[in-house]
Amino acid sequence: MKTFKIGGIHPDEHKIRAEDQTITLDLPKQGIVFVSQHLGAPSECIVAKGDKVKVGQLLTKNENFIGANVHSPFSGTVNKIDTIYDASGYRKEAIVIDVEGDKWLENIDRSEMIKREISLDKNEIIAKVKEMGIVGLGGACFPTHVKLMVPEGRSAEYLIINGVECEPYLTDDYRLMVEHGEQCLVGVSILQKALGVKTAYIGIENNKPKAIEHLKKLANSFEGIEVVALQVKYPQGAEKQLINAITGREVPSGKLPIDAGCVVCNICTAHAVYEAVQKNKPLIDRIVTVTGLHVEKVSNLFVRIGTPISMLLDAVGGVPENTSKIISGGPMMGKALFSADTAVTKGTSALLLMDESLAHRGETTNCIRCAKCVNVCPMGLEPYLLGALVENENFERAENESVMDCIECGSCLYTCPSYRPLLDCIRVGKYTVRVLQSKRK
Amino acid sequence: MNIIILSFVILAALAALAAIAVYIVAKKFYVEEDPRIDRVNELLPGVNCGGCGFPGCRAFAEAIIKQGRLDGLNCPVGGADCMKSIAPVLGVEVVVEDPKIAVVRCSGSKENSPRTVDFEGFQNCRFSFNLYTGVTGCPHGCVGLGNCVQSCQFDAMYIDDETGLPVVIDDKCVACGACVTACPRGVIQLRLKGKKDRRIFVSCINKEKGALGKKHCSVVCIACAKCQKVCAFGAITVTNNLAYIDHTKCKLCRKCAPECPTGAIHELNFPERKIV
Amino acid sequence: MNNKLIISGAPHVHSPENVNKIMWGVVIALIPTLLTSIYFFRFEALLTVSVAVASCLFFEWAIQKYLPKQTPTTSDGSAVITGLLLAFNLPSNLPIWMTILGSLVAIGIAKMAFGGLGKNPFNPALVARAFLLISFPVAMTSWPTIRPLFGDGIVDAMTGPTPFGFLKEGIAQGIPLSELMQHAHVPSYASLLFGANGGSLGEVSALAIILGGLYMLWKRIITWHIPVAFIGSAFVFAAILSAINPEVFINPWVHILSGGLMLGAVFMATDLVTSPMSPKGQLVFGLGCGVLTIVIRVWGAYPEGVSFAILIMNAFVPLIDRAFKPRIFGK
Repeated sequence: MKTFKIGGIHPDEHKIRAEDQTITLDLPKQGIVFVSQHLGAPSECIVAKGDKVKVGQLLTKNENFIGANVHSPFSGTVNKIDTIYDASGYRKEAIVIDVEGDKWLENIDRSEMIKREISLDKNEIIAKVKEMGIVGLGGACFPTHVKLMVPEGRSAEYLIINGVECEPYLTDDYRLMVEHGEQCLVGVSILQKALGVKTAYIGIENNKPKAIEHLKKLANSFEGIEVVALQVKYPQGAEKQLINAITGREVPSGKLPIDAGCVVCNICTAHAVYEAVQKNKPLIDRIVTVTGLHVEKVSNLFVRIGTPISMLLDAVGGVPENTSKIISGGPMMGKALFSADTAVTKGTSALLLMDESLAHRGETTNCIRCAKCVNVCPMGLEPYLLGALVENENFERAENESVMDCIECGSCLYTCPSYRPLLDCIRVGKYTVRVLQSKRK
Repeated sequence: MNIIILSFVILAALAALAAIAVYIVAKKFYVEEDPRIDRVNELLPGVNCGGCGFPGCRAFAEAIIKQGRLDGLNCPVGGADCMKSIAPVLGVEVVVEDPKIAVVRCSGSKENSPRTVDFEGFQNCRFSFNLYTGVTGCPHGCVGLGNCVQSCQFDAMYIDDETGLPVVIDDKCVACGACVTACPRGVIQLRLKGKKDRRIFVSCINKEKGALGKKHCSVVCIACAKCQKVCAFGAITVTNNLAYIDHTKCKLCRKCAPECPTGAIHELNFPERKIV
Repeated sequence: MNNKLIISGAPHVHSPENVNKIMWGVVIALIPTLLTSIYFFRFEALLTVSVAVASCLFFEWAIQKYLPKQTPTTSDGSAVITGLLLAFNLPSNLPIWMTILGSLVAIGIAKMAFGGLGKNPFNPALVARAFLLISFPVAMTSWPTIRPLFGDGIVDAMTGPTPFGFLKEGIAQGIPLSELMQHAHVPSYASLLFGANGGSLGEVSALAIILGGLYMLWKRIITWHIPVAFIGSAFVFAAILSAINPEVFINPWVHILSGGLMLGAVFMATDLVTSPMSPKGQLVFGLGCGVLTIVIRVWGAYPEGVSFAILIMNAFVPLIDRAFKPRIFGK
């Protein structure tokens, strides 16, 4: 069974109720759409208070190369443009829409029929992907069209689709693959065409045998798509590790996947690309796993972007007593929410509720030099050393010890028996080194 | 007996050999250096705090000699006396700077700005500030994890357990500015120490609109500009929803502080106000 | 939802491992050796072990209580390990006060003076052993004659050298090895493996130690690198010497099965705190330990070389950590 070569951990999977069908959530009374929902230059709001909007209508524009548009997930009236708490508790510009009915723009194909022939050519696809505001749905929200524009002098050999879902608890990618497998595969062939690559690999971890079987069967009728079953190991879903697992190649330090001849996209992104290109539908909804060991009705919810988080929490039977942590995303790389008064964005893959007994960090004690962090680091770094260097503010040496190569997967902190805040320190090291590097330039 | 003599001879010979080697090395690798650097270095306090902006006192001394003048260079620890004593080495006059002190411009204590969440993990302001707004919810104010306290080489700061805010000990602060750079939010500013240590400043740097700021802090500056109106010296400006008192223009007349509806303007070391 | 939310950086889950589990895991791994030593040395072994463990715990508790800035770690099991390992390194008939003194050196000087658990550069038990060996060489090198593996013999009050010390003395007197090996003092390979070779408490049975090592490997407390490199390099080096002149240099099997080599390779050199971090570094560390052990055994003044070899290599750990780093992905 294939997997990546260095390090890795195997946390408890907790894929609770993964076999339950996705539930479509009702529309909220009021939607909150953040103006910028991607990594890169901020977008610009083009609607004003009192404007009537329809589903799919452009709300914010972004002319920058690394930028993504946002479309209205709701029809109704713009109530106000205000600053709303984002996941970190910082206030960000957002458009508040009073939802009235569900009127879609006419040019969006809402039929159930699966359209397989791709009529657009390479550049048209890329333009469409940009226009429809598609971003990487794995969590990073990097604009997808940028990935599709291979820089000159380099060429993409393989398209790698991430269906790994290595994070514990999450099941949204799995549901998508099982319920909308064919659409995903059409999306993959669209991406293949845009990149001009012959071979696409879909990496799926072995704990999802149904998805593997289902997609393998479907892939027979597509050209150049191969489903690869992978050994269960975290962080297999990280770009560099996934490339290593599937092709055996290593992305050189400090470089991008394209330098190893690969482009990596999430399976959700492929699905969104299918809808954008074939159905003319912008990125306005997604599947969100709402889960937790104490949650009453763990489910995958199909929601519009901009739905208030509180609605999702109510849909699973409310927040259990003693919940002390709400995490947006998976438990390994997700973000602890500052408050539940925020809304679903393009990058919200899951909401994980943690009971007080699980939510606390353990008490930090001395490093006992057990070398577990060194053994599990998938990048071959020495987290104990980087942590100590940052605590002593020796950032220059931290830079020499390749702190910038860290992919922030959290394996070191997960495994540390002394509960040392290794990744926290490394993150501080990364910000500081980044500042130092830009000063040097 | 022979053995004793022999060991003396051998040891002496070894010592002589080593001495010769040391001498040769010292001669051969001697680095020509301006002798004034050593003299300036001796006049400096020698605490290597980096407050002057150079890595240690020696580097500062080298910079002084290289520049040949004292303009723009100041040792915040030794202060005016120290710079005056260095001036004759260079044969120049020294411009005396008024003494300064670090001022914490945030009053978001546990009482004024209730904690809405708990933070666990690496106790470092820079980390927590990148992760979220801080336990109070104020996106500009003090995070309270003490990067400033750690950066202080003079034990002049501590975190008050009751308020959760850093406190500057006036007598110990030498205005080296380490805390100013250590604070990721720019809460701390070096301000003029003032006559009899008297200072007036706006103890808030929140740039949100008044109503928003009020939600998480009771002593926030709401930018009502009342203080600006009463200031006779044009020392107060209001920009980005925040009042700022220019410490070089302020004449310490105390008119602004009672005007402030939230009590964001702090007065230090003044006598009690007469109740009118 | 009445609770205050907790904010922390990712990851939000943690493996079930913690320091206590690791430390108590090592204690469990030491149990087979403990049982064999009690079997062979009877009451005296039990006494030495209990005194060593109790005094280590006491000193750790006392120092942490009365010195500032210490977080109490008495319950994490590390002092128990130190006590056990120290006892395993002592002859069973050592006066009690020497054992207590050794515990004080181990905990007070080798561990707490450096900042407690995780900060000590040298293995505390070995520092104590080295201290006792230098201070009380006679007491530390008179071993009680061991009772036979089967049968009822009592532990003899008489003392004799370890098989290793005996061979070494013989070689020094110029007696050819082939003759020495016939002597009653030298046990067969089987008894070396199962026990019944005189010496310190923990040295008697190589098999019990291997059992403990396998347990630690299974629990992933240690990796295979250090023991394999240690034993392997000692074996190869001894084999080369033995091939050169089998009458002067001892057979490699005797080398690795007797004395403290097994105990050192499995429990002492693998001490998490004082061994290198990267697998490559661990191999180098084990190699150094193995070669140094044989060098000290063959040409050194002391009959036993394991503890000094490990202590010397402990001193090199910071250098090894700098020189042998794991390969960084993509570099």
